Amino acid sequence: MLHKTPLGQVLGLGSARAGTGHFIAQRVTAIAGIPLVVFLIGFILVHRRASRAEIVASLENPVVAILLALTLINLLWHMRLGLQVVIEDYVHTPARKHLLLLLNIAFTAVMGISALYAILKMSFGL
Amino acid sequence: MADSRQAGRPLSPHLQIYRRTLTMMMSIVHRATGMALYAGTLLLVWWLMAAAISDSYFAMVQSIFGSWIGQLVLLGFTWALIHHTAGGIRHLIWDMGRGFDLASVETSARVTLAASVLLTIALWAIAYGVM
Ligand code: HEM
Repeated sequence: MLHKTPLGQVLGLGSARAGTGHFIAQRVTAIAGIPLVVFLIGFILVHRRASRAEIVASLENPVVAILLALTLINLLWHMRLGLQVVIEDYVHTPARKHLLLLLNIAFTAVMGISALYAILKMSFGL
Repeated sequence: MADSRQAGRPLSPHLQIYRRTLTMMMSIVHRATGMALYAGTLLLVWWLMAAAISDSYFAMVQSIFGSWIGQLVLLGFTWALIHHTAGGIRHLIWDMGRGFDLASVETSARVTLAASVLLTIALWAIAYGVM
């Protein structure tokens, strides 16, 4: 049964039926984030005074490269979902809200693709 | 905000009316650290990109992060990351339906705060070779 007035249906407002999936993905990426953050802090700590060559050498190990890529993708995904909720909580002007929601997606996409580019390039020894 | 005398009905008071409590600050700080970390990923990706680009550019970026202001920002980043992760674990425990009574919520707030500060200090002590 659809709990919507005919006008509501026409306007296309109301639940987009995506809320539960969003909630679950936020928790799953949070749980996965716990060990991945430990790895990330460890990686940064080990390389805090490293030269470029030393970082390249570490990333030539595929386990390290894949773990680092996984860490970034997971955290970026988590933060995109998180910021979406923040925007929806505070921004109610439709135009501004939709613009910010799009910028949120664009920003995370650029971050993710840049991170993957950097990690892959170095892991191929370049 | 709407004036309650004009609204002609009782309105709940706005934020500054309430007494500040630790649990309320923890909630705000979880959101604030989430947003700060969001911006902070820019620094992380910049660092990785620099390492992928060239020796001289990476050395330049490392020296910026190594400057006192860079270190200060990274210290804040470290605390925000640890505090948000610990606070996230607190949220996940609540999601399992545990620890949501007033006494536990108060205790876990203190534990989270203490743990995030101590872990941050410990990490930086290791980084500077004190430990
Ligand atoms: C770079 C790393 C991270 C970033 C950028 C980030 C970002 C965010 C953002 C923007 C939010 C939304 C805040 C809100 O709605 O108030 C959020 C919420 C959340 N984060 Fe993170 N986060 C990160 C790491 C983690 C980790 C490692 C965990 C692991 C436990 C975690 C657990 C959570 C949880 C459980 C929530 C939901 C809180 C709620 O229901 O209000 N986060 N995060």
